[in-house]
Amino acid sequence: MNHYYGDYGGQYVPEILMPPLQELEEAYEQYKADPEFTSQLNDYLENYAGRSTPLYYAKNMSAKYGIKIYLKREDLVHGGAHKLNNTLGQALLAKFMGKKRLIAETGAGQHGTATAMVGAKLGFETMVYMGSKDVKRQLPNVYRMKLMGTEVVSVDTGSKTMKDAINEALRDWVTNVGDTHYLIGSVVGPHPFPKIVRDFQSVIGREVKEQVMKVEGRYPDSIVACAGGGSNAMGIFYPFLDDEVNLFAVEAGGEKLREDDKIAYHSASLATGKEGILHGARTKVLQNRDGQILESTSVAAGLDYAGVGPELARLSETGRVKPCYITDMEALEAFHELSRLEGIIPALESAHAIAYVRKMADHGILGDTVVINLSGRGDKDLQTIMDMEE
Amino acid sequence: MRISQKFEELKDKNEKALIAYVCAGDPDPDTTPSIVNALVEAGADIIELGLPFSDPVADGPTIQAATCRAIEAGMNTESYFEMIKGLEVNVPLICMTYYNLIYRQGSENFVKKCADAGISGLIIPDLPLHEADELIEICKEEGIDNIFLVAPNTSDQRLDAISSKSSGFIYIVSKLGVTGEGKNISSNVAGLLDKINSDLPKAVGFGISNRKHVEEMVAAGADAVIVGSAFVNIIASKDNVISRLKEITKDLKEGCR
Repeated sequence: MNHYYGDYGGQYVPEILMPPLQELEEAYEQYKADPEFTSQLNDYLENYAGRSTPLYYAKNMSAKYGIKIYLKREDLVHGGAHKLNNTLGQALLAKFMGKKRLIAETGAGQHGTATAMVGAKLGFETMVYMGSKDVKRQLPNVYRMKLMGTEVVSVDTGSKTMKDAINEALRDWVTNVGDTHYLIGSVVGPHPFPKIVRDFQSVIGREVKEQVMKVEGRYPDSIVACAGGGSNAMGIFYPFLDDEVNLFAVEAGGEKLREDDKIAYHSASLATGKEGILHGARTKVLQNRDGQILESTSVAAGLDYAGVGPELARLSETGRVKPCYITDMEALEAFHELSRLEGIIPALESAHAIAYVRKMADHGILGDTVVINLSGRGDKDLQTIMDMEE
Repeated sequence: MRISQKFEELKDKNEKALIAYVCAGDPDPDTTPSIVNALVEAGADIIELGLPFSDPVADGPTIQAATCRAIEAGMNTESYFEMIKGLEVNVPLICMTYYNLIYRQGSENFVKKCADAGISGLIIPDLPLHEADELIEICKEEGIDNIFLVAPNTSDQRLDAISSKSSGFIYIVSKLGVTGEGKNISSNVAGLLDKINSDLPKAVGFGISNRKHVEEMVAAGADAVIVGSAFVNIIASKDNVISRLKEITKDLKEGCR
């Protein structure tokens, strides 16, 4: 299997992780087409996750902006975000591999929650690493994980966000390679993770293809998705890569891309990062002149990451995917507007995608039919919003 | 000094090598030379100087904290090479760092700077053999050794490949896990030492922190031991650092004789 997407990807990991990565790759190749595996996974996706999710025509928003806007309702997946698509796939794979323990990192807490769910359901001992800054701003998700029997470890090193949670999860995996599967939550990390996560998330794009054909008789002009690591974006984009559909990856512009030698006050690695090595992959990374990784920032914890999936970095480089960014303020405006116009409270992450469509609707570049990946619901963000508006 | 030359010297004296790791710039860039001098004076044969990286995934809490202190104190790639050029010790110096700092500078540029500064070898824990082809070529041209790591779970096939591509010595990771002081060293290390089919010296690291560990590794057939966190903990304590570093170094070196 090719480990690279152009110059991006690879396996930059301690030697101890080579056997488990190889084992994972072999198991994935063996089971992904195995009838027993696929029938169990499809059953879980349908009856546990609640798929397929609707492709909802946002009539009021469409009327306001003068283009047809569809929302892919991943916020309706059990748990409230697209994350379960991947955790179901990987946890089932881990089960088939005979693993006993799951570990995961989480930013917004959505991936941690989705891991806690499959951990409980499939009978794994489950541990989730979460930056202490994220623990504070996503308390409801921390409590949800605990309710489902998962141990949440607050990580107090570095920027205290997802980057550091991944470091800590990797250290755990290095120590417990035998019985533990590292259930990585985005299309990041060493090969084969970017590929496996993309494949499990591609159910989103496959459904959109069928649904949009049914109502429109054609594919949309554009698909817009937010991107931190990039799993919801790759999931909805991947099935459309060979079609004439514009693909926009909206990153967190935070405080308008400001940065210094230690901190980026944004998380736009596709738009502004330089080639580097982070968490096992060569990709676009927010870093200083020496190559020290910057602390990233975003109002949306799930986008707050200094790297991005290697395949998305490659697709941006070739121009197939257009990277763009939205500031915290613009995302907050979109959060409120969608809530009022459609009665749907989006996750702050997904609000970045909404905001981009609001901003660009009359520029012509989106065309007249747009699908937005509404990757999660906003309940988890209510505390953040309330604090900001105090 | 070349690493191979040091091992030959020690062979003549029938001694094993003590390789001492400290993080450059911990607690601050000005103090590192006196720490290195103390280690060498007290018997360390090779010095491994960490170039601190913000995200050291192969390191446990002790070295992570040292890395943070060093970066906070202003250590960076440029000051690292400057500091090394100023060292007046006659032992091989090894640069231990993570791959992004090398990649950012450009491998060729970085390796040339190493050679200019008098560094003899590179240890990069997040660069496994199959991603290292380019760097190996560059290092060969500049006469810098590539020290690769093998672990208790490394397959026989990879062991052979790593043995054949390594230079300087082979770094044997004693346990599944990250760096840090440990109570006991796994008895499996002896088996791993036996399995490695190479003329290169074999150095055992990760979790080796006292003389008993050193003696066990020497008895198991190691040509060298690598000690890091035990030194770093003394540096972090700020208590009588130089004399305590000398004391533990002498004791560990005794275990190599």
